[in-house]
Amino acid sequence: MKLSRRVILSAAAVAAASVLVPSTGAHAADFPSKSINYIIPFGPGGESDITARHQQSFAKDLLGQDLVISYKPGGGGAVGWAQLNKIKGDGYTIMGINLPHIIVKPKQKNVGFTTEDITGVYMFHYTPDAIVVKADSPYKTLKDLVDDAKKNPGAVTLSGSGKGTANHLAQVNFDKAAGTKTTYVAFKGTGASVQALLGGQVKAQWGYTSVGAKHAGKVRMLAVAMDERHPKFPDVPTFKELGYDLVSGAYRGVAVPKSTPEDVRKKVSDAIAKINADPEFRKRMENDGMALLDIDYANIKPFIDEKSKGYIEAAKAGGVLK
Amino acid sequence: MPIFDSLLAAFTPFNLMLAVVGVVAGTIIGSLPGLTATMAIAVLVPITFSMEPASALIMMGAIYTGAIYGGAYAAILLNTPGTPSAIATTLDGYPMAKRGDGDLAITLACVASVVGGLVGAAFLFALAPPLADIALAFGPVEYFWLAIFGLTLIAALSEGNMVKGLIGGCLGLLLACVGVAEVSADIRLTFGSETMLGGIEVISALIGLYCIPVLIDLVATPDKHLHVETKSGGIRFGDAMAISWKGKWNLLRSSVLGTVVGILPGAGGSIAGLVAYSEARRSSKTPEKFGTGEPRGLQATESANNATVGGGFIPTLVLGIPGTPPDAVILGALLVQGVKVGPNLFQAESSIVYTFIFGLFLATILMLPIGLLIGKYAYRTIVEIPKAMLVPTVAFMTLIGTFAIRNNTADVIIMISLGVMGWVLNRFGFRASPIVLGLILGRIAEQGFVQGWTIASATGNYVGMFFGRPITIAILCAIVLALFGPVWTRRMKIKREAMANDE
Repeated sequence: MKLSRRVILSAAAVAAASVLVPSTGAHAADFPSKSINYIIPFGPGGESDITARHQQSFAKDLLGQDLVISYKPGGGGAVGWAQLNKIKGDGYTIMGINLPHIIVKPKQKNVGFTTEDITGVYMFHYTPDAIVVKADSPYKTLKDLVDDAKKNPGAVTLSGSGKGTANHLAQVNFDKAAGTKTTYVAFKGTGASVQALLGGQVKAQWGYTSVGAKHAGKVRMLAVAMDERHPKFPDVPTFKELGYDLVSGAYRGVAVPKSTPEDVRKKVSDAIAKINADPEFRKRMENDGMALLDIDYANIKPFIDEKSKGYIEAAKAGGVLK
Repeated sequence: MPIFDSLLAAFTPFNLMLAVVGVVAGTIIGSLPGLTATMAIAVLVPITFSMEPASALIMMGAIYTGAIYGGAYAAILLNTPGTPSAIATTLDGYPMAKRGDGDLAITLACVASVVGGLVGAAFLFALAPPLADIALAFGPVEYFWLAIFGLTLIAALSEGNMVKGLIGGCLGLLLACVGVAEVSADIRLTFGSETMLGGIEVISALIGLYCIPVLIDLVATPDKHLHVETKSGGIRFGDAMAISWKGKWNLLRSSVLGTVVGILPGAGGSIAGLVAYSEARRSSKTPEKFGTGEPRGLQATESANNATVGGGFIPTLVLGIPGTPPDAVILGALLVQGVKVGPNLFQAESSIVYTFIFGLFLATILMLPIGLLIGKYAYRTIVEIPKAMLVPTVAFMTLIGTFAIRNNTADVIIMISLGVMGWVLNRFGFRASPIVLGLILGRIAEQGFVQGWTIASATGNYVGMFFGRPITIAILCAIVLALFGPVWTRRMKIKREAMANDE
């Protein structure tokens, strides 16, 4: 089925043929010896896709093989993750994973997978949460926003991408830390949420540092949820500096099917690490507002476990989980 | 002169070749139900890494333009909208093909698509930065009312049996709720099944509800698929130009409407086609002819949906907010190449955008000969191929196409189930269009309503939020006009006739 789709597509999109035909022959020793299928459980054009595209553009040079990206969207990523373990575990099919999605979704209802079903091998970056306002907003600093929210409980509206997402949980955590009550308005994706901000439908946005990068000049960030300031935005304070213990964002990584042998898991982890170590790759990612992470296979389980606790607590407080 | 340089840059042999290849590939992809412009462009992204950004944009734009037009073939010849943009094309295109005017319909669609594409590109060229503000003026409430306006079309589409149309619309609204809700993240109506988790994908629903009943009927009846009276070559350019010239205001109005709807992120070609169709019908002296193979209906939808290409690029390139799903992929490819979008792109010294816009003009003009030629073969194939070959081929394509949308077998199961359901409902007089309208517009309406309500809850001014904003009032007027306009004109007509009888 999969192959026939490829054949038809490549026949139609003549020029693409060479990219699509997978090479044959594989041994774990010289991984990767053929192109790697990289499934993104979201649609094309989103941030998960764009960061995977960044990796893709370096893969050929650094790994000697292509990353072939395909999409399996649906159910906020759940459709793809539910099928992950049904794929052959030879290291040549990998799938993007996102936090908090893989933690919060399975706790809501039966979505065909649990967090423990996902074998993450590498977390390569996160897009830090940030409070974003329009360039001409009366909120000059985070304090202005907090003061307004304290004076008028519920009246400060912030747009954000989805519910039970990084943006939403950041809003819940921040309200708790600052003792404020703000109104979170969920939009379908960051694009729509920025549209609402720029159109003045909301007073501020729970967005990401990538919004500050992409819409530079039109928006200002009041604070970013990082340990240290983002290299691209040396003038924007962190929440920590301002007294709120908030380090969060949309974390992205790569997972393999459960049946993948240990040594291959490490090889995949090493391959992603190799791309992550490239200075030009880092520069491009940072330019887009991302923050790089290097959580390899040895460290990924404790990392996800630790994040889980905070996310589940926030999701309960935010009404996404019971 | 920098603009002139951009013009020359667009017309290099390499870019010309890209435009030709793009239009051909796009038209073919668009004509196959399930294969979408979004996917075709996504597949080509890696190739663009080694290209000049402007050349990459030209190729992607050409594919996009071609695919939106290509969607008309299946809509006209098989009653199957290959893309959501072509839903309204089926309304008059298929009846035309049925009565033997399939070649004329395809030629008309080609001319209308070229006109729409050129108008959209012209707005992109001349007025992109100010027009981008339209995207920002539309808040959640405006989207909500726009979706409701779209739903009023159910009344127009189900002439003769409004109740069945409304029931179909409600069924569509219900189907829209299945899966993970976009804004609240609730998991609804999946009944614990993994198949239902991803919700009802619009294109697979289109294929199921429109194409499967046609296939079943083809098998169930001995008649030929399409009636052919005269042996024609598959192009009726003279007739089409005459009709197009007569309908030039309709074409222009529909193109402008398509551009404006295209500027609204998330609205897309399906709404553009429907709004233009409804407007063409409303302003027509013979609205009762719409839906029975009226060329003006076809012209309206085909010009409007191609105008969304240029329109959709406006928020994409000016604001960095993608107007349509293919725009999102193109924007991503540009980001990876390090191109920063924004109003600066439209300043004269930055040639990328202007080279691209000229490329888009070029691709749109190329669509006339290429589209007519491919259309000729598409028409001949569908007309001449024996039914014993046609049905299995199309059936196979629907399976592949549905799977390809999200690489998901669940969508294939849902497509077939909806198809059988659609066929049965058809027996009882329920049409596919109201169901599909409910499915597409239900999601937009729900999001808009929930967001609007949440924002209003912050101020407590619910009435002002939903009824007090200027654009809202304009859309509300359009809704009232669409709902009560026909009743009023009919009453006036009866009165006039009564008066004439008195004299």
